[in-house]
Amino acid sequence: MNKFKVAYSGAIILLAALAAAGGGALVLKAIGANPLEIYKTILTGPFTDMFGMTEILVRAVPLILVALGIAIAFRSGIINIGAEGQMLIGILAATATALHLPAAWPKWEVLPLVILAGAIGGGFWAGIAGTLRARLGVNEILSTVMLNYIAAQFYTFFLRGPMIDPGELETGSGTPQSMRLPESAILSRLVPGTRLHTGLILALVLCVVVYFFLWHTTWGFRLRAAGAEAKAARYAGIRVEGSLVTAMVLSGAFAGIAGAVEVTGVHHRAIENITSGYGFAGIVVALFGALHPAGIVPAAVFFGLLLVGADMTQRSAGVPANMILVLQGVIILSIVSAKMYLNNAYAQERAARFFGRFFAKPASDEAKTGGQA
Amino acid sequence: MSETHGIVYNILSLGVPFSVALLLASLGENFNQRAGVFNLGCEGIMCMGAFLGFLPPYFLKAGPWAPYAHLMGFTIAMAAGVLLGLLFALVTVTFRAEQGIAGIGLQMLGWGVAGTLFRHFIGGVTGVEGLTAWAIPGLSRIPFLGGILFNHNPMVYVAFAMVPASWYILFKTPWGLKVRAAGTAPRAADSMGINVNRVRYQALMLGGALAGLGGAYLSLCQAKMFADDLVAGRGFIAVALVYFGRWSPLGIMGGALLFSLAQTLQLAIQVGGIKFPYEFAVMLPYVLVILVLSLARKARMRGPSHLGIPYNREMRY
Amino acid sequence: MKAQAEPIHELRLAGITKRFPGILACNNVSMQVARGEVLALVGENGAGKSTLMNILAGLYQPDAGTITLNGKEVRFHTPNDAYARGIGMVHQNFMLVPNMTVTENVALGMKRLHKFMNLDLKEARRRIVEVAEHHELPVNPDAYIWQLSVGEQQRVELVKTLCFGAQLLILDEPTSALTPQETDDLLDRLQRMTAELSIIFISHKLNEVKTLSNRVAILRHGAVVFNGRTEDHSSADLAALMTGREIHLPRNEGLGEGGATILAARDLKVRGDRGHLALDGLDLELHAGEILGLAGVSGNGQRELAEALTGLRPVESGAVEFLGQDMTNRSPAAMIKAGLGYIPEDRHHEGIVPKFSVKENLVLKDVGTAKFSWSVVLKLGAIARNAEALKTAFDIRCASTAAAGGSLSGGNIQKVILARELSREPKGLISVYPTRGVDMGAQEFIHSQLLARRRAGGGILLISEELEEIMNLSDRIAVIYKGRILKVLSSIEATRERLGLLMAGVADE
Repeated sequence: MNKFKVAYSGAIILLAALAAAGGGALVLKAIGANPLEIYKTILTGPFTDMFGMTEILVRAVPLILVALGIAIAFRSGIINIGAEGQMLIGILAATATALHLPAAWPKWEVLPLVILAGAIGGGFWAGIAGTLRARLGVNEILSTVMLNYIAAQFYTFFLRGPMIDPGELETGSGTPQSMRLPESAILSRLVPGTRLHTGLILALVLCVVVYFFLWHTTWGFRLRAAGAEAKAARYAGIRVEGSLVTAMVLSGAFAGIAGAVEVTGVHHRAIENITSGYGFAGIVVALFGALHPAGIVPAAVFFGLLLVGADMTQRSAGVPANMILVLQGVIILSIVSAKMYLNNAYAQERAARFFGRFFAKPASDEAKTGGQA
Repeated sequence: MSETHGIVYNILSLGVPFSVALLLASLGENFNQRAGVFNLGCEGIMCMGAFLGFLPPYFLKAGPWAPYAHLMGFTIAMAAGVLLGLLFALVTVTFRAEQGIAGIGLQMLGWGVAGTLFRHFIGGVTGVEGLTAWAIPGLSRIPFLGGILFNHNPMVYVAFAMVPASWYILFKTPWGLKVRAAGTAPRAADSMGINVNRVRYQALMLGGALAGLGGAYLSLCQAKMFADDLVAGRGFIAVALVYFGRWSPLGIMGGALLFSLAQTLQLAIQVGGIKFPYEFAVMLPYVLVILVLSLARKARMRGPSHLGIPYNREMRY
Repeated sequence: MKAQAEPIHELRLAGITKRFPGILACNNVSMQVARGEVLALVGENGAGKSTLMNILAGLYQPDAGTITLNGKEVRFHTPNDAYARGIGMVHQNFMLVPNMTVTENVALGMKRLHKFMNLDLKEARRRIVEVAEHHELPVNPDAYIWQLSVGEQQRVELVKTLCFGAQLLILDEPTSALTPQETDDLLDRLQRMTAELSIIFISHKLNEVKTLSNRVAILRHGAVVFNGRTEDHSSADLAALMTGREIHLPRNEGLGEGGATILAARDLKVRGDRGHLALDGLDLELHAGEILGLAGVSGNGQRELAEALTGLRPVESGAVEFLGQDMTNRSPAAMIKAGLGYIPEDRHHEGIVPKFSVKENLVLKDVGTAKFSWSVVLKLGAIARNAEALKTAFDIRCASTAAAGGSLSGGNIQKVILARELSREPKGLISVYPTRGVDMGAQEFIHSQLLARRRAGGGILLISEELEEIMNLSDRIAVIYKGRILKVLSSIEATRERLGLLMAGVADE
């Protein structure tokens, strides 16, 4: 990679970051907040104490998990916007499993089953959209979005009905939430006094697994080929339709695991608003992390920081929680805009020529291809 | 009228105005898609339109400007729609970003900004006056049908008038010809001196204006209030309706009516006291969308063939 | 578009230069055309002819150089500017909107008909009829483009360009999709048009150049290497100037009786994308150790045949047999496993995964075999070694095998595909338009590789638009017309005239 390319890429990324920050700043200004102060609080606030720092990681865990699933889907050529709904169905499955397994069973038997149930729930829900896409060509963005709304209704139905905590019915308070999970279905704390739990380890392990899966196995090779150029993959004997479904199911499974981890690690029961928008934030994290586990982890930590920081600004400066959606939106728009310029040899060459007039000579014209990729 | 008669009448007469928001947003999205771009951010534009449209009547309730408040609301909503459409055009046409994800980004942005501003400036759930119904003289007295079709607030008539208007614009004007060429054969259009990108910008702005208007209708005329989850996916449904209606204004109108009937059915079920879980009734429209998308398979082949593909004149193959 | 631009007495290009990433497409090009002249622009694929003409037509901007019209310098920022001056282009891929009528297509470009809310289709229609009659180019103004044949669409393009007021016609490979008879017909019409127009036409078919043009300019690697009067030079001279050296494309010298039947199609009926029967009872047999050429105008079922044979398109009725087994409607993976190779038409989207590296592309079909993986885990070392070996053996020019497949030039991409397919030593190979858009050096290489496979006992089905290529390489030649094999000739019997007639559907005897 020559020096200009690095400088060029850096400049584009910087511009994108500024655009995103600028967009957010506009909205902050509109509600009378001081953008610089708010950004400062968001970026530095959480580091002020141990709790804040562990909270960053607590938020990062479901983000990593969802983003891993999204990365698998995107790289396989299918777009999954349904992580929210898949998380919810995963939570239902995990909670139901946790509440119905014999209480006497030890943690190391219960937890894997509970998390597996979450994976199956999420995978099943995503599989609906995947199958519709593969068999009937239904646009998966629309179907996964619809399934989000449907899942939300299912979730509320179960929490208000069949799965409601009997205790709520007795006291008559009727809060839609499930019974508390038994001790055997709860992820242990990593740092006492904080909410950080062993789910973090699971997330990191799965990062390695996903990396290995995508780049070191024949399965991953075929998924990536189908995602990069479906036609050529088909011509090479790869079953593209099947790989779309597989990718979607895997993607949903990860969202389901994220849900299961949230319920067993953080909340210890199924409650309303449990997903906290992780399903959507996970998409942003995946894009930000360039759809690669090595990028997703830092991206998730960064987002965890944003989320915790945003919470703090809500309490201290009264900035509404919806602000985080605004930030996510501008970040997505900036990333997808920048993408076009980042991998574009033509634009890069044009820029080189433009700046070359001021600095050095442009690269040789006769050089054909070679090192462009 | 007998009881079932009464129920059917209620469902149908509610169904018509319920379809307005969907209809407007979908007709707007039709222009986008015909030009080759699909804008999932429609949902976000509707959120912004709903919020901004709501502001004038809310603030000018008791004042000299009150009679014009609704008109101002609709105008502001449309203007916001144009701006957001412009933003989306910048990202997807000039920057050639992937349209699906960019759309979701726009949706988050619109939803987030509307919610943030609402929480900050208004905070609670308050209502506004809706528009009074204009009964069309003569026609509204037709038994049964008259009440269903001709006794609504003026925006309903405006929205349905947009159906033939859209048709005319697309098929009988030079601009419509350019839009259709841009979506099906952008290279051919380019070779004949048509600025494909400019046409797409224009279509996205028009689409945004209509989506904003649809959103404003939701808060001003239908719900008569604003809340975070007011739009509830209607923008996405509007996008799906374009496929369902096979990119034709008439088909879209049929789809919008069908979906709004699903929603009024939900209300009727609750009111009628039929034992049906509330949540499942709420699910109906969304399930319907999926069903409709699954069955509309053949339709995709007749759509604008370059839908979703950014145009790049200098592309070498 | 103005109805009448100033007559073009002289058009001059001076010093035109244009760059694309990593490629200098036009290098200081200069040439001129006078009124009523026909200039042929000749060169190998990739020499820069289309780019140059796109600049003249206003679609691309030159990085340097000037265009002078009747002595005055002009700049074309859009095709509108070019049309306003009377320059119109008929592209190789037609610039027509398929689901609109001829009239609507023409109206699209006639700006003066665009009044605010009203589209004057009647006036457009009138103009079309006027021009069509004047130049004897019959077109139906109310037909939808998708309903028309390739030849009819080309007429529409010509009429359209003339309606826009073109006085200088640029034609890019006008005969690439026509039968020999249709070609003669077109050249005839163009000859008659020179009474009123100037013409620049791009071609790599030297016989057409000799027939039609007054002057010829030859481009090689983006630069003009020759510019002179056509009648002063023979085809052989021009060919040598085009390539810069004496190229002798390898010929098939064998007697080609061929061995056992390895691949057969029996009464094959296959539907095309639009629901029609693309193959209508097709019978074909490919033998071991032979090259069977399939000649025919594109659009007569070649694509559907290749796809049916490789398992990529469902067969409605009939049978496909490979090595004696019935393989009808088996999956592509099964065909690949059985030993059938395929070099597809669209190398960029069907042959390679552009984002994958060269080494990944080379194992695209074999990644699951024991050679490249332990059960499911990839043997990255073996994959890399394989790529290095093939890079050398097939002279693939790339910075490294880790480079993205899509960044290679067309000829090198074709070599990657060839390397992948041939290294699997397929018993049967289907090769579709293998040298389309590839320079002569790579062509020579590809042809010799195909002949080598034939010598090693493989059977090759060669589908191509270039009659010369088919005639040079094949043992037998089958002609496909409207989804059926009209006749199979041996290479000795197959003359250009006979093939031409068969391609047009005229069955002899």
